[in-house]
Amino acid sequence: MTPLAPPAGSVHRFSASVRAVHWATTVLMLVCMLTAAVLYNGSLALAVGHRRDIELIHVYCGFGLPVPMFVGLVSRAYRLDLGRLNRFTRADWQWLRSRTRRDGTIKVGKFNAGQKLNAALTAGSILVLLGTGLLMYFPDWVRVSWRSGATFLHDWFALGVGLLVLGHINYARKDAEARRGMRAGVVSVAWARGEHEAWAEELGVSSSDQD
Amino acid sequence: MGTEDAPSEPSASDRAGAPVGRRTILGLVGLGAAGVVGGSRVQDLLGRWLGPLEANDPTGLLALFPLGDTFRFYSVTGSVRTETAATYRLSVSGEVAHAATYTLADLQTMPQTHFVKEFQCVTGWRVPDVQWGGVQLSELITRARTSTRAKAVRFRSFDGTYTESLTMAEAMRSDVIVALQMLGKPVTHDHGGPVRMYCASMYGYKSTKWLSAIELTDTEIPGYWETRGYDINGSIG
Repeated sequence: MTPLAPPAGSVHRFSASVRAVHWATTVLMLVCMLTAAVLYNGSLALAVGHRRDIELIHVYCGFGLPVPMFVGLVSRAYRLDLGRLNRFTRADWQWLRSRTRRDGTIKVGKFNAGQKLNAALTAGSILVLLGTGLLMYFPDWVRVSWRSGATFLHDWFALGVGLLVLGHINYARKDAEARRGMRAGVVSVAWARGEHEAWAEELGVSSSDQD
Repeated sequence: MGTEDAPSEPSASDRAGAPVGRRTILGLVGLGAAGVVGGSRVQDLLGRWLGPLEANDPTGLLALFPLGDTFRFYSVTGSVRTETAATYRLSVSGEVAHAATYTLADLQTMPQTHFVKEFQCVTGWRVPDVQWGGVQLSELITRARTSTRAKAVRFRSFDGTYTESLTMAEAMRSDVIVALQMLGKPVTHDHGGPVRMYCASMYGYKSTKWLSAIELTDTEIPGYWETRGYDINGSIG
């Protein structure tokens, strides 16, 4: 596989496989969230009605939600990004504790510690939502008190994931170049240096390499 | 697009460090497993402490949190028309000698049964200590004088779609009522009012909302959810 050279002044950030996983998950997550609102909120539930249809859309998008993140494992680029997200260095903990984390003093790799934390919390929550959702959808599997527990968890994890997604969208809203990275796969060298200095050094485009 | 971009190898610093991401995921899954087993008890406690706060919260913000002990409102159709005391009718028909149509006032003059019992949904959510009141279904069946062919009861809803059923033995239980009161007041429209079923020992799907008709049948006919996978025997367990 020959990599295409990125446009001048740009560097590759996300492979097509990583972006495909991201956007497939996006669509499934948004449909899950919208249908969840209708299933959970009493006023919406009665205004929209058609519970069976809404439930089926929610359940099947929910079953599908973890699929992209597993299918992605066939891609080497995706596995490498997962490896980066997995590892927390001492600098990551410093970054999380720092009040001036955005000033560049702590050099950030391809992912900052917040992105790593978001990825792990979202992935773990998706698995919990899948498991508890299965128990709710197949009432014959476990006794009623476990189904009550599953519903309780499903509610709280859904709230948590909803907040993570809103936070994620809010950070993306404020950073057009980060969005370009996930849309087109490339980002400007200047952005890479400013937001992910250690990663820019890896790529050989850090300011110290060129000056 | 199309070609796989060259993945860059993580630098040494990115490969070092503890696998916190994996631990976080495993931790959440473990929390999930523990929560399935013990969450019901935690929810009971939360509901007992925070339920009264939520009920009296002037901002309504607490209702955004899944504190438990709250109803989810189910409707299987689009909008459901509103029936009032003036317009509401309940018909009792089928394998009976005396078919009848009752108004809300007719039902209110019959002997009323009151008790406190939880509402339990088959998916797991439940609301404890709900005050119920209404006419025992057995009262209406007895008045209708069933024929010997009557073996089951079929319920219809004025939503135009929902149906449910009970065996005759289930229908004659004293805790199966045609409910006029719920939560200590007349059954609201959103809860299936002005008249709904309540089968205390069974999952919520057995308790038809917006009740419009009771038919005595010679066999038990599977209802709306039962043709979509739920057990025709809705006993809680």
